[in-house]
Amino acid sequence: MSDVQRSAAPAASDQSSSRSASRRAGGFDLGRILLEGRAFFALIAIVIIFSMLSPVYFSTSNFLTMSSHVAIFGLLSVGMLLVILTGGIDLSVGSTMGLAGVIAGFMMQGVSLDIFGMTLYPPVWAVVVLTCVAGAFVGMINGVLVSIFKVPAFVATLGTLYVARGVALLMTDGLTYNNLGGNPEFGNTGFDWLGFNRLFGVPVGVLIFAAVAIACMFALNRTPFGRWVYASGGNARAAELSGVPVKRVQVWVYVLSGVCAAIAGLVLSSQLTSAGPTAGTTYELTAIAGVVIGGAALTGGRGNVRGTLLGAFVIGFLSDGLVIIGVSSYWQTVFMGAVIVLAVLLNSIQYKPRKKRSASAKDQKTPPAPSGAS
Amino acid sequence: MSSEESVMDRPTAPEDATGGVVLSARNVSRSFGSVHALKSVNFDIRRGQVTTLFGENGAGKSTLMKILSGVIQPSSGEIVLDGESVSFASTVDAQRHGISIIHQELSLAPNMTVRDNIFMGRELGGPGGVNYAEEARETERLMVELDEPIDPLTLVEDLRLGQQQIVEIARALSVNSRILIMDEPTSALSASEVEVLFRVIADLKSRGVSIVYISHHLEEALTITDHAVVLRDGAMTAYAERCEIDLEWIVRHMVGENFDLGSPPTGHTMGEVALSFEDISVADVAVPERSVVDRLSLSVRAGEIVCIYGLMGAGRTELLECAAGRVSPNGGRIMLEGENISRLSIAERIERGLVLVPEDRQRDGLVQTMAVGENLSLASIGAFTRGLLTSRRREQTVIDDSIRNVHIKTDGGAAGIGSLSGGNQQKVVIGKMLATQPRVVLLDEPSRGIDIGAKAEVFRLLAEGASKGLAVIYSTSEVGECLSVAHRIVVMSRGRISAEFGADVTREEIMAASGESAEG
Ligand SMILES: Nc1ncnc2c1ncn2[C@@H]1O[C@H](COP(=O)(O)OP(=O)(O)OP(=O)(O)O)[C@@H](O)[C@H]1O
Ligand SMILES: [Mg+2]
Repeated sequence: MSDVQRSAAPAASDQSSSRSASRRAGGFDLGRILLEGRAFFALIAIVIIFSMLSPVYFSTSNFLTMSSHVAIFGLLSVGMLLVILTGGIDLSVGSTMGLAGVIAGFMMQGVSLDIFGMTLYPPVWAVVVLTCVAGAFVGMINGVLVSIFKVPAFVATLGTLYVARGVALLMTDGLTYNNLGGNPEFGNTGFDWLGFNRLFGVPVGVLIFAAVAIACMFALNRTPFGRWVYASGGNARAAELSGVPVKRVQVWVYVLSGVCAAIAGLVLSSQLTSAGPTAGTTYELTAIAGVVIGGAALTGGRGNVRGTLLGAFVIGFLSDGLVIIGVSSYWQTVFMGAVIVLAVLLNSIQYKPRKKRSASAKDQKTPPAPSGAS
Repeated sequence: MSSEESVMDRPTAPEDATGGVVLSARNVSRSFGSVHALKSVNFDIRRGQVTTLFGENGAGKSTLMKILSGVIQPSSGEIVLDGESVSFASTVDAQRHGISIIHQELSLAPNMTVRDNIFMGRELGGPGGVNYAEEARETERLMVELDEPIDPLTLVEDLRLGQQQIVEIARALSVNSRILIMDEPTSALSASEVEVLFRVIADLKSRGVSIVYISHHLEEALTITDHAVVLRDGAMTAYAERCEIDLEWIVRHMVGENFDLGSPPTGHTMGEVALSFEDISVADVAVPERSVVDRLSLSVRAGEIVCIYGLMGAGRTELLECAAGRVSPNGGRIMLEGENISRLSIAERIERGLVLVPEDRQRDGLVQTMAVGENLSLASIGAFTRGLLTSRRREQTVIDDSIRNVHIKTDGGAAGIGSLSGGNQQKVVIGKMLATQPRVVLLDEPSRGIDIGAKAEVFRLLAEGASKGLAVIYSTSEVGECLSVAHRIVVMSRGRISAEFGADVTREEIMAASGESAEG
């Protein structure tokens, strides 16, 4: 019996697959390409427009300067992307970033251990590692709140936003650490390397950003973890039944987002050679904007690192361009808002079922005659 | 058989008498990108009669119905209502013309109550805003008519799949339309609920309502149909009146061959007990004092296929979800090959070879944002991971094998899951779990929406697995399926096993044991 029944169905599917494959090869849909590559085309448009408006915009040195600005919130965006892919949101990254800078600044001043009557000056690498651990810790609190205690991500991370900022203010009493240079005597110099030095002519901050982005891209595309992130965001129930450790994945994305924020905080305070408790205020919103402009869906499951990078560059190159041509900062804010709304608008066009488009595109094709009737 | 006469030159003038054509599709075509879902189809709906639409998964049935009810627009061709050409801009527009549809995939808002879902978008006005009391009364009346006592204020997400389907039917009935399209309305219902629905359909017919009915339960559909239309690969291949056709005719036109679902595999010896439930109880989510599964014990041996037959709400889903680790039992233990697995996570159970094909594919089976291939490989990521990295090539092999095994009508797996027809989505859920190469597989109503050819193929896969030592528990509300695949049939009713049969049982015996009348 089984031979007979097997013969029928595959014939149908083979037929349909070869048919659609041949159509797809010939298809070229300009609107679709523009829509899917919108962040890329937007970036090109921004570069062209500002280059025409200002002679200093189009130069290697300006691009590098702008890139080191982009690196700061780009780092936040990449971490944010992971969280958003699982269907969550991390509002605490700006505060975590500020807190990370303060923690680094605090350690650079020397940690006095009163019981031993001495002051410890940790070397810069230790400062960096400990700061990242602190970022991971904040992320872990978020992750545990969201995945185990089922606190809505928006609320949980809003809470840590305030707590982290408060802790940063408490640690400094509202003041700023201005001396981050260290002292050769204590062997803790070199913090400014992150923000000022260049390797092969590229600022270190930008290289760190690139490395984090590539690592993240790799994790999302080539590791089980990446697949789990997309699956948890797409349909957590189904993912769980397929054996995806959804809770663990959720904790991890917040931890990674916290680490990204800590790295961003280190780079920023190094660039500024100071660490203030209010650094990074509202940066979480810029980070979210970068992710959204990059085409990710806030409902989870859709988005990628490439898009997020483009989104971050669109924001950075646009806002720096506006500064360069001398647009008032009020107008800058208006422009930023308009770009974000436009991006989300295009996202909803991309992700809604494409009914009208394909219907009108195929009108001219003559359908084959029905085989059975008449 | 002289049934394949032309339908194109039938009169389309409006007639008040029963049998006149009220709504028809003329040369309707529809493409999705490069896929031609419908190719110049003609289709008539007659007043006061039931027209059934048969066809394989992906034949274009749902697409045609969506066009007739204004969900999507045709690429070409026209829709004729009462002799006049019309075009529906939306479902609301179609509803105004008296056409409503029960979708294949449920379209309820899970966070709202049954009452609010039924009146969504058509809220009854009253002096102080919405007249909730009247809505609740009307909902209750519909529920009585459908013989399913659901409180109008229950949240839809708290209902079982079958009950949700009944709410969906109630919503369509509440519109009082003249043309009612039902796209697989009974896929999650069991025999007695189907009987109730058929009574309702008979009543609607007598009031002059025209009905289009789609189902892969062919025998069931034959009992109510007046006209049968067969679609194949987007084209209409046959039309006939009820008196001219039988089951064999339908299958022959649907898939080109005739075959039956066969009988349970024999000739291999069964091994040790693979999975056993020992005194398992599961509490009801809504009423924790009540048990949906009540101190039940059941075991299945390697190489054995056990069918659990039961009515909706018998506790089958809860029992299987408990084995898979989705819900935890409040009593008893579950042993997998001699090891107590009650405390293991879902992932650990899958690793040990115990998998569940869930009942509700949209909620529990598919990740809608991922492609077909990614869905298929989701449960077996470990199989194509080396060290930290996944291998694209190995993954593609897993995907291609699954597509071939369960006959998914798709193109290499890159398409979005939402672009597949309902039955093909169901095959993805089955294929995903079988791809993990399990030792014990639990299937909860896996034939929901798959066509007869695919069903036979799934049965063949299960039989083949059984002969190699796979243990299978197959939950179904179709007696026919039990008889074609099971070595042993367990009837479940109100959380307990009410009877157990060998493969030589008759249909009547099973139905009697489950507490239904045997005529359905
Ligand atoms: N939104 C869409 N995008 C792309 N292809 C689609 C879309 N909707 C349907 N199709 C394709 O159209 C064809 C017909 O699908 P349809 O849903 O009408 O099948 P069906 O007869 O209802 O099958 P089933 O019995 O499985 O429900 C299929 O090949 C399907 O892949
Ligand atoms: Mg369908």
